[in-house]
Amino acid sequence: MQTIQYAGQPIQINDEGFLTDSSQWTPEIAEEIARETGVGPLNERHWAVLTFCREDAAQQGTPPGLRRISKLAGVQMKELYTLFPKGPGKLAARIAGLPKPKSCI
Amino acid sequence: MTTTTLERPDTHATAAPQTKAPQPIEHVSIICSKSTLDMAYPGLILANAARMSGIDATLFFTFWGLDIITENKIDELHVATVGNPSMPIPTMVGGLPGMESIASRKMKKDLEKLDIPPVREMIEILHDSGAKIYACQMAMDMFGLGREDLVPQVDGVLSAMDFYDKSAGAQLLFI
Repeated sequence: MQTIQYAGQPIQINDEGFLTDSSQWTPEIAEEIARETGVGPLNERHWAVLTFCREDAAQQGTPPGLRRISKLAGVQMKELYTLFPKGPGKLAARIAGLPKPKSCI
Repeated sequence: MTTTTLERPDTHATAAPQTKAPQPIEHVSIICSKSTLDMAYPGLILANAARMSGIDATLFFTFWGLDIITENKIDELHVATVGNPSMPIPTMVGGLPGMESIASRKMKKDLEKLDIPPVREMIEILHDSGAKIYACQMAMDMFGLGREDLVPQVDGVLSAMDFYDKSAGAQLLFI
């Protein structure tokens, strides 16, 4: 675990870069992680995914897998890979300030 | 008289330093050779998890694994109740009529509970994720199959040598 400056705030992250306390997350932090991971500036389609992930995780207690996102957030599987080309499974959760999903699907 | 000393090459100097950090996997190539549900899903799920993590995935379906991408077999894959050492029932019982369909139905229900989709949808997801799906030419010839017998998500039919070319730099898995 280490502390890093995101959006001018000291934020705790684990070895893989995931926030350890999702309540520290802000949209500005999401923009910074997106830039850092090569996703680039976030558009409204990214935000549809990230908002769903945060809401679903709050309800279910665990971050959603990709199949769940594509079924319930109205974003097709193909588009998820366009939005987060370097691995939507990990990146959507990381940018949304959530832990790495346990789901393999 | 002069003596010459033969110097042994210093292998330690050329060996890679022990402290080198392990490199992340960038590409997995998975050979799927069996089509019972318990052998089909691991390859498909591993390939999908790779794509979810941003790792390239290549799938090569050969021998019985071809059933997984054959149009009239993909929805009919089942669990083997005979000759399967992991089945918690005696082989003779497993051979009774209807046992395979009971076991298959149970496994499909258990998988659905984990949000794991049917095999056809797994193949669609893999295709949409950018995983490459190839059929083995030799196995196709052996089973008398043509390209039109395979599901549309298949990217091509390859020889084993072509498959190695497509797997440059990949970690190989055989299932």
